[in-house]
Amino acid sequence: MTNTVPDRPALEWMYSTMLLAKMADERAALEARKGLLQAALYPVRGLEAVCAAMGVAMTDQDQMVSSYRNLGDALSRRIPLRTIIAEAYGRMGGTSKGKGGTMHLTDTERGLVATTGIVGAGMPIAVGLGLAAQLDKSNRAVVVTFGDGATSIGSAHESFNLAALWKLPVVFVCQNNQWGEHTPLAGYAANPNLAERTAAYGMAAEAVDGFDPMATLHTIGRALDRARAGDGPSFVECRSYRLTGHSGLSDYSYVPKEELAAALERDPAPTFRTWLEQNGHVDSATLQNIEHAAEATVDEAFAFAQESPHPSQDELLLDVYASPEGVPTR
Amino acid sequence: MTTLESSTDTTQMTIVAAIQSALDVALGLDERVLILGEDIADPIGGVMKATKGLSTKHGLDRVRATPIVEQTIVGTAVGAALGGYRPVAEIMFMDFLCQAMDQIINHAAKSRYMSGGHSPAPIVVRAMIGDSKFGAQHSQALESWFMHTPGLKVVMPSNPYDTKGLLLSAIFDDDPVIFIENMGMSYSIKGEVPTGDYRVPLGEASVLREGSDITLITYGAEVHPSMAAAQSLEGEIDVEVIDLRSLVPLDISTCVASASRTKRAIIVHGSTEFCGPGAEVATQLNDQLFGTLDVPVARLGATYSPVPFSQQLHSIPTEASIVAAIRSLRQRDTVGQSPMNV
Repeated sequence: MTNTVPDRPALEWMYSTMLLAKMADERAALEARKGLLQAALYPVRGLEAVCAAMGVAMTDQDQMVSSYRNLGDALSRRIPLRTIIAEAYGRMGGTSKGKGGTMHLTDTERGLVATTGIVGAGMPIAVGLGLAAQLDKSNRAVVVTFGDGATSIGSAHESFNLAALWKLPVVFVCQNNQWGEHTPLAGYAANPNLAERTAAYGMAAEAVDGFDPMATLHTIGRALDRARAGDGPSFVECRSYRLTGHSGLSDYSYVPKEELAAALERDPAPTFRTWLEQNGHVDSATLQNIEHAAEATVDEAFAFAQESPHPSQDELLLDVYASPEGVPTR
Repeated sequence: MTTLESSTDTTQMTIVAAIQSALDVALGLDERVLILGEDIADPIGGVMKATKGLSTKHGLDRVRATPIVEQTIVGTAVGAALGGYRPVAEIMFMDFLCQAMDQIINHAAKSRYMSGGHSPAPIVVRAMIGDSKFGAQHSQALESWFMHTPGLKVVMPSNPYDTKGLLLSAIFDDDPVIFIENMGMSYSIKGEVPTGDYRVPLGEASVLREGSDITLITYGAEVHPSMAAAQSLEGEIDVEVIDLRSLVPLDISTCVASASRTKRAIIVHGSTEFCGPGAEVATQLNDQLFGTLDVPVARLGATYSPVPFSQQLHSIPTEASIVAAIRSLRQRDTVGQSPMNV
């Protein structure tokens, strides 16, 4: 991928996706505060640009493994917002018929193969998907997303080593929001330069401003190019900032006010809007249309979710095994 | 016993040879079969030699030696399964599954369910219960842990024929399977095994010995001291021996049919008696046969201790302790009757 600005439909899609992530995130928090949405929520505010960049850099054939902070990742795979929200409501219209929940969005047809609620556990799975892609001699690459907090755990280091050893087509996208739960990066990593640290595993490792959608797009694009060329895995540290608490309703009064204010100054979606307009990529009327459409999409998604039926009791024991024959039921 | 046979040539095999043969057949049958594990490639061919020759014959792409990373071996297997492959992960000693529990329990077992059926992860994890000479971290029998996890199947064969047939069934099963071997039997137990493809279905117990006085239910390595105990009691107590072969699915109906005839049943296993598989089997038998059994169902499992290194400390049931338990069960007074000679 060259360092060019993508075409106008792609730019419009990126803006729309960033807006959808931001608005759906905020709406979900509102519904949760009202007590209408009973789900663990892990906001993606601050990661909108990274998610939009992945959506343009990746192909339809590529696969993704995500984590619990996955709304933007799911949108990057073009999973309809309504099925994402319906899953949050635990309804049949959700991606997993309401049996997975917000931490376990899956849509294999759109390449979101697994989403884990266990920090760092997606990386070994991505190694396996990368191995499958390599053995298939396919042009497919695998992106695994995780937060900076996940770079501390053993599975991450095992996976970096194995992916590099086997030259697997895996891109490790670290969505560095500067916080591992409620502890700042410098409080848990002796070397907070995660890209520098990961380069020691013998793979390409780059850091990029995760608030900058173009720079992120180009960096992830280069990593995907290396994966497809057989040059092995890459680590891309997208340096962002968490604009909310760790989880939907959690306290974040501990976040230094000046840091948060500086990050909000660069809030990805509005910043991208200004850039698009000022550089003449997308005109104001089109941007307004995108905004109205995003609002309607969010409204429709929440209405769809709330009207979608609950799973019937038959679903309780379905999908535990391939066949229920002979296996326990209680 | 239902067995799908497509091969008539047989040869004497150890359990290790049966595993090697099953893996060889599976790799030959289906390009999606992969093997992952520490030291499994030639020239070493696995620490137990269960994969000897396979990387040479089927290629290092498909028989892949890994670093010492149990968690990532299983996680890679899960990912490869999600990518359409049928991976077999070798985790050497069962105790090392502790390192891989997150991928087994939180991912392999739950992936189908959490995805609403879209992302099943049909992997096989082979692991071995070691020998007490390695001490307590290489010899635990942990099958109950996996029985307690919806989504997993748990298989524990006792002989070469079943080992190969069950492993082939496990590899081509659409659910994740924990396949538990026992180091003590690896080379010592031999039997006639078809050289080609055949399957022993998961969830079908095998009646190894018919008897009319007592039903002894067991599986895995404890089959052998159980059979020896039954033989030694011949003429005194007529013991029926059932080999469960798989714990999930659990063939309780074979156990019920037997115990409803003998009226007395005991479960023998190498995992701890407390919360061991015998607790589940005994409860199900009592549920179905309460009032028709002469005495409550008995259990004989390992002591509730780590596995001791000293050979003089007997944690796991032996032929002698099984004989004693059978005699005790036989002599026990019938439920509800007061002791006659007290």
